Amino acid sequence: MKDASVVAARPELEEAARRADSRRGFLIALPAWFYLTLFFVLPLGIVAVYSFATRSSTGRTVLGDWNVDAYRRLWDSLVLQIAVRTLVLALVTTLICLLLAYPLAYYMATRRPMVRNILLILVMIPFWSNFLVRTYAWKVLLGTDGPVSQLSQALGGEPIRLLFTNTAVLIGLVYGFLPFMVLPLYAALERMDWSLVEAARDLYAGGWTAFRKVTWPLSLPGVIAGSILVFIPTLGAYVTPAILGGAKTTLAGDYIVSQFLAARNQPFGSALSMGMMFIMLGATIIYFRWFRPSGRDL
Amino acid sequence: MSAVAGIRPKSPAERLLATNSWLVFVFFYAPILVLVVFSFNANDNVGIWTEPSLRWYREVFQDQAVLNALKNSVIVAAISTVVSTILGTMAALSLERFRFRGQKLYDGLLYLPIIIPEVTMAVMLLLFFAQGFQWLDSTVGWSPSFGLGTISLSHIAFNISFVTVVVRARLGQLDPRLEEAAADLYASRWQAFRRVTLPLIMPGVLGGALLALTISLDDVVITNFVAGPGSTTLPVYVFGLVRRGVTPLINAVSVVMLGASMVLVAVSFGFQRNPRSRVQSSSRS
Repeated sequence: MKDASVVAARPELEEAARRADSRRGFLIALPAWFYLTLFFVLPLGIVAVYSFATRSSTGRTVLGDWNVDAYRRLWDSLVLQIAVRTLVLALVTTLICLLLAYPLAYYMATRRPMVRNILLILVMIPFWSNFLVRTYAWKVLLGTDGPVSQLSQALGGEPIRLLFTNTAVLIGLVYGFLPFMVLPLYAALERMDWSLVEAARDLYAGGWTAFRKVTWPLSLPGVIAGSILVFIPTLGAYVTPAILGGAKTTLAGDYIVSQFLAARNQPFGSALSMGMMFIMLGATIIYFRWFRPSGRDL
Repeated sequence: MSAVAGIRPKSPAERLLATNSWLVFVFFYAPILVLVVFSFNANDNVGIWTEPSLRWYREVFQDQAVLNALKNSVIVAAISTVVSTILGTMAALSLERFRFRGQKLYDGLLYLPIIIPEVTMAVMLLLFFAQGFQWLDSTVGWSPSFGLGTISLSHIAFNISFVTVVVRARLGQLDPRLEEAAADLYASRWQAFRRVTLPLIMPGVLGGALLALTISLDDVVITNFVAGPGSTTLPVYVFGLVRRGVTPLINAVSVVMLGASMVLVAVSFGFQRNPRSRVQSSSRS
């Protein structure tokens, strides 16, 4: 009301105030803008440029002689194989996380507030704990003379050799990213208006129908957020396959790293990075468009 | 929400839910527990239990490489947390409380470091610094090298976005009428910010800072790319050891790192608990 009266009295004054405010907002935004332009946008541009450069016979990158050879190599069967393996692994990881996390989040959200808070802390602890250390724990567990193998032998079975296999990487990824799925799901279910479920039950919906028609749609934002938070880092995973995987389980992440630290083929590594980034941005955009047209925040 | 218990009596489905939940918690904690137990093992071989001892913890705190890496980690985390918290909070304020040209673009730019794969960002920063240093050398004759500086600059680059997201969430919950009330009472924009907005978003700012601190202390991939010789952080150093194998020394270092994480969890709960309930009760009345 205050604003309306000012507009009526002095429109040009209001306009000046608005402009001053806009300038102030811009100035406050400026430091982060500047920083990200210098240390994010510019580096991104450099990678884009490098992906069109040439690799000399000594492994140095020659800026000039621009070509798309690096991008052509993305269609090599080896690269496609790694890409497919990575995508499948990321999808399976996301699915397993969802299957494990949804019932857990549901269980948590339907407890008494006291119990709920304790359970929440129990999920927060692995969430905040060092990722590297948690992955390393599985290397200890799955090793040839590790507890899992020893237990199997004590029970009269064979020694289990899981380390350096795809299964080990999958276990490590699920373990590493599960908290990222539980927390958004829990947030969505906890915020939910449970009287809607009650209303559905009053209208003779069975437990399953009530879940399918009421609970699941209402928890969808949590499902989407959780899936993105698991799927994206899994696609680019480097630490987990490097620790738990073997030579035959190369994923996109370690393949890119090897182009820079071992193979010394920067143009090809840059093209790979660009490709991965576009797949990931594409996946994110499709995901959002599909499930939540008005969605803006994660 | 208390009605929930009424509509669902203890059914097989309920029991299944409970079992799944406890199994997931066992999955969460069993590996950590095994790690902690084995870190107190006196034996040189990780798999063979002899007797409990603090031997490996003593060795950790005498290991010069570990201590040096730890010192580097703390320096980098401190610098990147402070800078990214300030820049991130400013960015969040500008997005939530102002309208200016290019805002949409800015918003998108701030999400990019979160969405972009870590490996891609590592590659970007490596090439950027390498190219930039070459350029600096040829133009002004100054040739800096990879080290704590490049690590800190890189950590700030990804942490700004995380701080912004957390602070924005907090600002979004805040009733803008509180600031309008301050303005009506002749507070300048700055005074309204200092006296009203900042105290109210403080839990968000501290939460963002804590997240930045944790991410900085955990980062392996990006740091691995932009670290120079002799400037490794603790996770990068441990990562190098872990790739070679499993040793009791790594177990002990790991448990120390886990302990640090636990402290951070405790602190974060301390932040969030009290101020939030106070704000909620005051905004409700």
